[in-house]
Amino acid sequence: MRNSLALTWPKEGLTRVPYALYGREDVYAEERASIFRGPSWSYLCLEVELPNPGDYRATFVGDIPVIVARDMDGSLNAFENRCAHRGALLCFKRGGHGREISCVYHNWTYDLRGNLIGVAFERGIDRKGGMPPDFKREDHALRRLRVENFAGLVFGTFSPDAPTLADYLGEAIAARIRRVLCKPVAVLGYSSQMLPNNWKIYVENNRDSYHASLLHTFFTTFRVNRLSQEGGIIVDDSGGHHVSYSKRATDKASREYDSAKLRASRDDYRLADPSLLDGRDEFGDGITLQILTVFPTFVLQQVQNSLAVRQVVPRGVGQTELFWTHLGFTDDDAAMRAIRLKQSNLVGPGGYISLEDGAVGGFIQRALPASGDESSIVTMGGADARSQDTRATETAVRGFWKAYRGMMGV
Amino acid sequence: MVTTETQLAVERLLARYVASLDEDRLEEWPDHFTEKCRYQIISSENHRQGLPIGVFFADSRDMLRDRVMALRQVNVYEPQGYRHLVSSTLVSDEGGGIVAAQSNYMVVRTMHDGTATLFSTGRYLDRITFQTGQTGEPLFLEKLVLYDGSRIDTLLAIPL
Repeated sequence: MRNSLALTWPKEGLTRVPYALYGREDVYAEERASIFRGPSWSYLCLEVELPNPGDYRATFVGDIPVIVARDMDGSLNAFENRCAHRGALLCFKRGGHGREISCVYHNWTYDLRGNLIGVAFERGIDRKGGMPPDFKREDHALRRLRVENFAGLVFGTFSPDAPTLADYLGEAIAARIRRVLCKPVAVLGYSSQMLPNNWKIYVENNRDSYHASLLHTFFTTFRVNRLSQEGGIIVDDSGGHHVSYSKRATDKASREYDSAKLRASRDDYRLADPSLLDGRDEFGDGITLQILTVFPTFVLQQVQNSLAVRQVVPRGVGQTELFWTHLGFTDDDAAMRAIRLKQSNLVGPGGYISLEDGAVGGFIQRALPASGDESSIVTMGGADARSQDTRATETAVRGFWKAYRGMMGV
Repeated sequence: MVTTETQLAVERLLARYVASLDEDRLEEWPDHFTEKCRYQIISSENHRQGLPIGVFFADSRDMLRDRVMALRQVNVYEPQGYRHLVSSTLVSDEGGGIVAAQSNYMVVRTMHDGTATLFSTGRYLDRITFQTGQTGEPLFLEKLVLYDGSRIDTLLAIPL
């Protein structure tokens, strides 16, 4: 064990997840140190959100406030959103534009690479006061992140030990990102959702293809996603990233859906306005649903023609903020924009197929007092964390815990 | 300026609208709209920036009926109820039997366990037609719900 957490993983390995991980303050603090400051890459923003030199935005790595900026030379930089002097937030708005960023508290000023370039009254007033002679601005730069841009997604890491972003993602995941982000994107809207649960419950949920057509009745009722459709799960070698995909047109009659008494399986409802589900095969491969995650907290979503990125921000042990950024392409025609607008009803804080995820994480969190030192059971589809050609599996959930245990040393 | 009768008719429509939501008569909620209509819940910030996507969008009364069907039959969420307070309604005449109305709203959400929270505040931007034929009651051609802030607690099931 690399860290000091008193936590023994069950002998069953990846098929068991201790409930203690969702409720303990010491675990949360260790995650900040070992994962979010460790050799992981976190999504910061879209490149298109920083179009011009001098643009900057406030974002988060885990719960650590970060500024991501486009420098005057066009390069992307990121550094902690925290003044080196007294530790105040530098950017307390969504973002801004300028050649430098000043702290409102004592006017310490930084360039867009996080270098300290100005200290108010550095030489004092009338040669009285001021900084000591050995004070050097270069000793007080903001803590910087490595930044890389992949297909218009800007990622950052605090760790010098993290591999390059391309190596971190691996070929299979990278290809599925490029599949969706294949041309210039346009932001079509933002929203955020406060989830009453630990952040890991939500990122597990994204990787859990088992629940999708059971909890999300809308998926099944309107055949947007069923496990009887052609599809599969890709889990990368680290385990931490995954892709789940399916093809709506390939649904075949399924005894499991028809005979089993599934709450989710109802055939007696029809949409009065079925235009909601009218879409286009815009990527030309018949895949109507692709959920892609990057360890630890990033999601890229294609649900029919609804495209979005989701950023998961821990807000304490039992709270998580989920940021949704809806996307289209700059070359969308008006009809395509109308399709995306309607299909946005499927996702987001009030979405027909994502609404339940807001609630179910809280159900786990609220039941934690009963869990003691017990573990959840993650045995669907085997015990390992490999790619599978079925989605009746929890392989990607096990993958998350494989990557998590590696970084946390538990 | 509009007549007192028009002002009162708009306020009555708003009162009936929120009552259908607050008293769990969701099936009546779409009846306050024209057949072709526009209803959207979107953050005031997205709206200000001209971003088209919010939290829910409909361009027909049938889409509103589908929302109710999904809430009643398909989606899963904890039992909860709203209490709307609507105030400061300003009405202006657009001509042709259509008025524009803007109001403030506040919604308290009470969960089945008794937890009540201030769930949403914002503005309604409405376009209302008085050329409605049958009932003679005015109807929403368009209702834009611009919520303050960008954050929604847990989930939004029932419309605002």
